[in-house]
Amino acid sequence: MSLLLKNGFVYDPLNGVEGEVMDIAVDHGKIVETPLSQVQKILDVTGMLVMPGGVDIHAHIAGSEVNAGRLLRPEDHFKDVEVRGKRTRSGVGYSVPSTFTTGYRYSKMGYTTVMVPSMPPLEARHTHEEMDDTPMIDKAAYPLLGDWWFALEYLQDGLLDECAAHIAWMMRATKGYAIKIVNPGGLESWGFGKNVHSIDDPVPNFDITPRQILRGLCQVNTILNLPHTIHVHTNNLGRPGNYYTALKTMDCVQDLAKGKQPIIHVTHCQFSAFKGSDWSNMHSGAEGIARYLNRHTHVTIDVGQVCFTNTTTMTADGPFQYGLYQLSGNKWVNHDVETETSSGIVPFRYKRKSYVHATQWTIGLELALLINSPWKVFLTTDHPNAAPFITYPQIISWLMSRRARAKLLNKINRKARKRSALASLDREYDFHEVAIMTRAGTARALGLTEKGHLGEGADADIAVYNVNPETINPSTEYATIQRAFERTAYTLKAGEIVSRNGEIVKPVQGSTYWADVQTREPQEAAADLKQRFGKYWTIQYANYSIPERYLHHSKPIAIKAEV
Amino acid sequence: MITLTPKQRFQVPVDAENIQPDRFETKTVEEIKALPVWEGNRRRVLADLFHIESEEAPSSDNATIRVMGDLTKLKKIGAKMSFGRILVDGSVGMRLGEDMRGGVITVTGNTDSWAGTMMKAGRIEVRGNVGDYVGAAYRGSTEGMRGGTIEVHGDAGSEVGCFMRNGLIKIQGNVGAFAGMHMREGTILVEGDSYGRLGAEMRGGKIIVLGHVPSILPTFTVTSVRKRAKAGPEQVSGPFYMFTGDVAENGEGRLYVAQAKNPHLHVYERYLVT
Repeated sequence: MSLLLKNGFVYDPLNGVEGEVMDIAVDHGKIVETPLSQVQKILDVTGMLVMPGGVDIHAHIAGSEVNAGRLLRPEDHFKDVEVRGKRTRSGVGYSVPSTFTTGYRYSKMGYTTVMVPSMPPLEARHTHEEMDDTPMIDKAAYPLLGDWWFALEYLQDGLLDECAAHIAWMMRATKGYAIKIVNPGGLESWGFGKNVHSIDDPVPNFDITPRQILRGLCQVNTILNLPHTIHVHTNNLGRPGNYYTALKTMDCVQDLAKGKQPIIHVTHCQFSAFKGSDWSNMHSGAEGIARYLNRHTHVTIDVGQVCFTNTTTMTADGPFQYGLYQLSGNKWVNHDVETETSSGIVPFRYKRKSYVHATQWTIGLELALLINSPWKVFLTTDHPNAAPFITYPQIISWLMSRRARAKLLNKINRKARKRSALASLDREYDFHEVAIMTRAGTARALGLTEKGHLGEGADADIAVYNVNPETINPSTEYATIQRAFERTAYTLKAGEIVSRNGEIVKPVQGSTYWADVQTREPQEAAADLKQRFGKYWTIQYANYSIPERYLHHSKPIAIKAEV
Repeated sequence: MITLTPKQRFQVPVDAENIQPDRFETKTVEEIKALPVWEGNRRRVLADLFHIESEEAPSSDNATIRVMGDLTKLKKIGAKMSFGRILVDGSVGMRLGEDMRGGVITVTGNTDSWAGTMMKAGRIEVRGNVGDYVGAAYRGSTEGMRGGTIEVHGDAGSEVGCFMRNGLIKIQGNVGAFAGMHMREGTILVEGDSYGRLGAEMRGGKIIVLGHVPSILPTFTVTSVRKRAKAGPEQVSGPFYMFTGDVAENGEGRLYVAQAKNPHLHVYERYLVT
């Protein structure tokens, strides 16, 4: 179907369009050049904001840890119930919503692509099943490879090419998209009740350090030409003083950068930006991290913004989750995914009056405001760790309005307020910058060439927000901004109107992207790998790989590797 | 006063959170009839399921609601109500007075489980028996009853006052297992017998049992013998063995168990410092 979006204020940062009144033409699910000879439908969007569909770089919306979180939290479902609609299914859940509800809610906010950031290879099948059940959005998943035995063995022997060939096989076997590294070395240590506390600590039973893992996988990433950089959850996450570890992590791969291309993505950076030596004197390290990012081009981060709400934390970082359980005394899940990784889940309430929680809230905003270029810092809440993804509109209103921030700042813990630099930050994001940090920048960082922009040939994933950038003053009308970003006037997915005024009008099935890495030699799992499967895994080698036909809507991205 | 009588016997559960004074207050009878209600997965209005009559002139206050008939499938009556009265003539279903913030509910028959869960204030009086989880927290939550009073003339099921944080629960009959489980604060008074496992994992609050208790959990320490105990406004006389615990949770909860009905607990006396 062809369609013309008429007279909208278009924000398309990747094509240098900044609020110009333009027409956008869509045909067969793609953006085409205007004018279109024959248009079947004209959508008048005069006075509205037109942006590419949102691209979320990091949100735990599917997978075994999410499902365990659902089991753990009936009280979370109880408070948030979606009744079956004419075209939509019923669902439940605030911080860990059911799959269909997740898809609908993202679509209502104008998001069309979401990345699932932690997929234990063993649980890949489950993750893909859940992603197939999440409608309205395109998805991809990052397999957890930072503590993957075979990778560690290759890297400790310095066999980079062999490691790269193996990772290429893993990407195909798990239908993964990018290399996810969580607390490198720490998860392997956690299998023995230990952890690593700096990037130079040795990993038990291996002759390797987190630094070597990071550098090795970063080089492998370059050899394989993967679309995204390595996606890193740093060591010491969530511990006072860890901003130093975060800086070390960023710095340890700096010499591997070629040109100005980013080569490392440090995710939910707020959790890695604590200064101080214990919880009583913990304070913001955002300034140091922002200074580093402003001076270097090889790093991108996402924020992981905290909101004051009751949520569910879930990461592959078992030792961190254990610490969180000890802090909160809440019910918890801790899990060791056989030889591969660990995981943990703890329900958590972020309180305004808690010094630590309030400081975390300020750190996230400080990071977003102190880093000059929105191409380097993206909006996430590490859903659901720091807050559920439905809080994005509120965070956008904080970024766009100093007054909105000040209003909440006055209500938080006094000590946290006094120690924070947030009150002195005057910067207010404009729509152009918001478009970068929520879609254009993330799409570029992910190497999704057909997403995040409205140029010819791009996927016709479009969000139209009912707000007029010419007449609105976001600084004072922040409530209007928040409302506008909560419900799009129209969300288009592959050229079709799927959501209108916050109501799903056409349920659609998104695609699953995966990196189809083509190596010179056809990838074959090594003989010893097959043998070891029999010895260490509960799953047979033959059942481990996920065939492409298993995915409902597979979208491989063909990549030529240099190996 | 508004009176509701079911038109027929309900076959499936009816989610009737709209039957409560806050929703009825300023409305005419016609408006009340049009209030939505869920019968199974079907959306209905009150008039579809109930005969609704107003006893006085339509301008009178609708703060008193009378519901009569077979109501065992009727859930969530009086949920979140903050004032007024509900009189239930008969037995009623689950989640009566859930998250209640004020007012009074009186039931002449029995209630199903989850009566007064997450209640904040107000009063529930049940002449018959109640099911499990009276004044408890919702599944998975740690937010139990926070205030108000629940008085039951009959027996109660298991886990009375689970995660209770304040208020008073008074059971004149017997209680099932795990009364006061995970309790944080508040008082439970049981005038009949207890099935046992009192106060498992409790951190605070008070449980008083006047009847028989099969045994005390090993994570409780006997501290003294008390002549009387205080349950809300009233004094109950003992003597009682007083235990504190649950030690496994570093708890400071108190168990008062009547000496008279529990001769087998005399063994604890040797641990008492006289």
